[in-house]
Amino acid sequence: MRLALSLIGVVAATLLTAAMLLTAGWVRPPIIGVQSGYRGTGQEQLISAQNKRILEAANALPAPIDKASPSGERATSAYKNVKVLTDLSTDEFNRVMVAITEWVSPEQGCSYCHVENFADDGIYTKIVARRMIGMTRDINREWTSHVGDVGVTCYTCHRGQPVPKHIWFENPGGPHAGGMAAHNYGFGHPSKSNGTTALPVDPFNPHLLGDDNLRVEGNTALPTTQGASIQQTEQSFSLMIHMSQALGVNCTFCHNTRAFSEWSQSAPQRATAWHGLQMVRELNAVYLETLKPLYPVNRLGPLGDSPKANCATCHQGVSKPLYGQSLAKDFPELGGKAAP
Amino acid sequence: MAYYQNIFTQVQVRAETPDPGVPIPGMQRTSWATFSHLLGRIGNAQIGPIYLGYLGSLSLVFGFIAFEIIGLNMWASVNWDPVQFVRQLPWLALEPPKPQYGIKIFPPLSEGGWWLFAGFFLTSSVLLWWWRMYRRARALGLGTHTAWAFLSAIWLYLVLGFIRPLLMGSWSEAVPFGIFPHLDWTAAFSIRYGNLFYNPFHMLSIVFLYGSALLFAMHGGTILAVGRFGGEREIEQILDRGTASERAALFWRWTMGFNATMESIHRWAWWFAVLCPLSGGIGILLTGTVVDNWYLWGVMHGIAPEYPHVFPAVVDPALVTGGAP
Repeated sequence: MRLALSLIGVVAATLLTAAMLLTAGWVRPPIIGVQSGYRGTGQEQLISAQNKRILEAANALPAPIDKASPSGERATSAYKNVKVLTDLSTDEFNRVMVAITEWVSPEQGCSYCHVENFADDGIYTKIVARRMIGMTRDINREWTSHVGDVGVTCYTCHRGQPVPKHIWFENPGGPHAGGMAAHNYGFGHPSKSNGTTALPVDPFNPHLLGDDNLRVEGNTALPTTQGASIQQTEQSFSLMIHMSQALGVNCTFCHNTRAFSEWSQSAPQRATAWHGLQMVRELNAVYLETLKPLYPVNRLGPLGDSPKANCATCHQGVSKPLYGQSLAKDFPELGGKAAP
Repeated sequence: MAYYQNIFTQVQVRAETPDPGVPIPGMQRTSWATFSHLLGRIGNAQIGPIYLGYLGSLSLVFGFIAFEIIGLNMWASVNWDPVQFVRQLPWLALEPPKPQYGIKIFPPLSEGGWWLFAGFFLTSSVLLWWWRMYRRARALGLGTHTAWAFLSAIWLYLVLGFIRPLLMGSWSEAVPFGIFPHLDWTAAFSIRYGNLFYNPFHMLSIVFLYGSALLFAMHGGTILAVGRFGGEREIEQILDRGTASERAALFWRWTMGFNATMESIHRWAWWFAVLCPLSGGIGILLTGTVVDNWYLWGVMHGIAPEYPHVFPAVVDPALVTGGAP
């Protein structure tokens, strides 16, 4: 009896240990810690050497493309149906087309967006590409509060794929019994977007398409008016988890966690992130959601909405996309600022 | 001769036949009792006699109803899929009503009504169990210390799920049912109300929580250590101090100059345990009702020190540029 019990105990402990070792999603040491804030505030960033190597390899720049002269024959005179890149020379125009092919559809080539007559708009991908070029220029020119002088190119999001890896759709959640059953407003289901927490499964729709208030913390010591609810707080929290994951950082990259809402104690990145939120809202509303009628059904989300951007679309796990290497500075054609 | 000397019980003391307990005048007790070797390894090997009574039975029924409401709603939230139910169980939730329902007693079942029902049945169950605990203690001629200690925990539970939401005028302020959901709620609650660490009653609660663990370790360690001198017979040692008690006391006086007595250590333990949820409950009760941001409250009262600024000055961009926050 006692021996049997001991044996069962040892076997159970061994199995549990094996399960823990094989399933816990360990991070391999060494862990690199970099302090950013004042000592004692816990403001530091952690990354494993292994993940750093993987991310650095994934964020290498693509091969450079020879520069083109802005003078000479105008693209509008050489080509028909030029709508956005009207200010470019033919050489610059061709350079942009080569770059797009390399960055967005390297395997599919020109025919991903062009039919036999290159001027023909009869293929939806061409209209989408045109809109995206306009968006890229808009970001580089109007959103320097977020992208600075580093800027963005098609490659920032696409990385050699026609559809960027990180996009989002409205998330209806998994199947749910109807009738009187509690529906919980999207709480209580782990997903990639909420960082496998029990927070709302769709952090994006209220904050990255809508402009629901993210600021939930009381801003006076004593109560004055009815503030944000706990459920609204969890909605904000869910988006913050997404930002944290998209940028590969923790809360203290921007916040001093003893007082999340205090701007005077926050890192400057927090202001950059704030502008980023404004930017993503505008891009989703102006450029991405409006493309919906053009897409074939297989490009739409489960609720029939168009693919949209969030922080991960550009950042892809690092706090500065492509580790802050500027590809745009070599592409004034896309609105990038030339290196000083 | 065998004696207690390890952190694991090596000795099982049991009677030839189960002990029916002391006779209680005017009370018919169930006579069923048996032994279990396995349970004897962690406690008394005797199982039973058990007394349920009408309070205990009713408490179990109400508890079962609450358990079913919570469990079935969770199962419904994965469309009755048994596999997903098991996979997602730690995440599954039963959320309280949304803010627009205030403290309405009958919001739609799908929008928090079930949460209220579960809360009602769980609260009834817990209170009935408390009453039963009180009555069992009285029936045995005991003091009612355990009942009052339990009530301290019930106080925290009621503040979180009932009293504070009532004062705030909204059930949405209450805690959801669910394993991770209630933990995520806790984190969100602290963020919403400006960091509970600056709440003095939260501080006190942590003192009593950690203090309870420390006292338990000191007391448990001391008694096990003097087990070889019969020290586990604590009650006898209170009245008739033997060498175990003398040695334990001297050990602590040598170590820290002072010792609790065989009796007073249990007072220490009881008060630390009781004060943990008692002070915590006060802290929760004050949150949102009279304090909206504990960090700013801490600044107001000089308990939140200013750290040197190491970043360039950051201002709220919404104040500079406008735009939705």
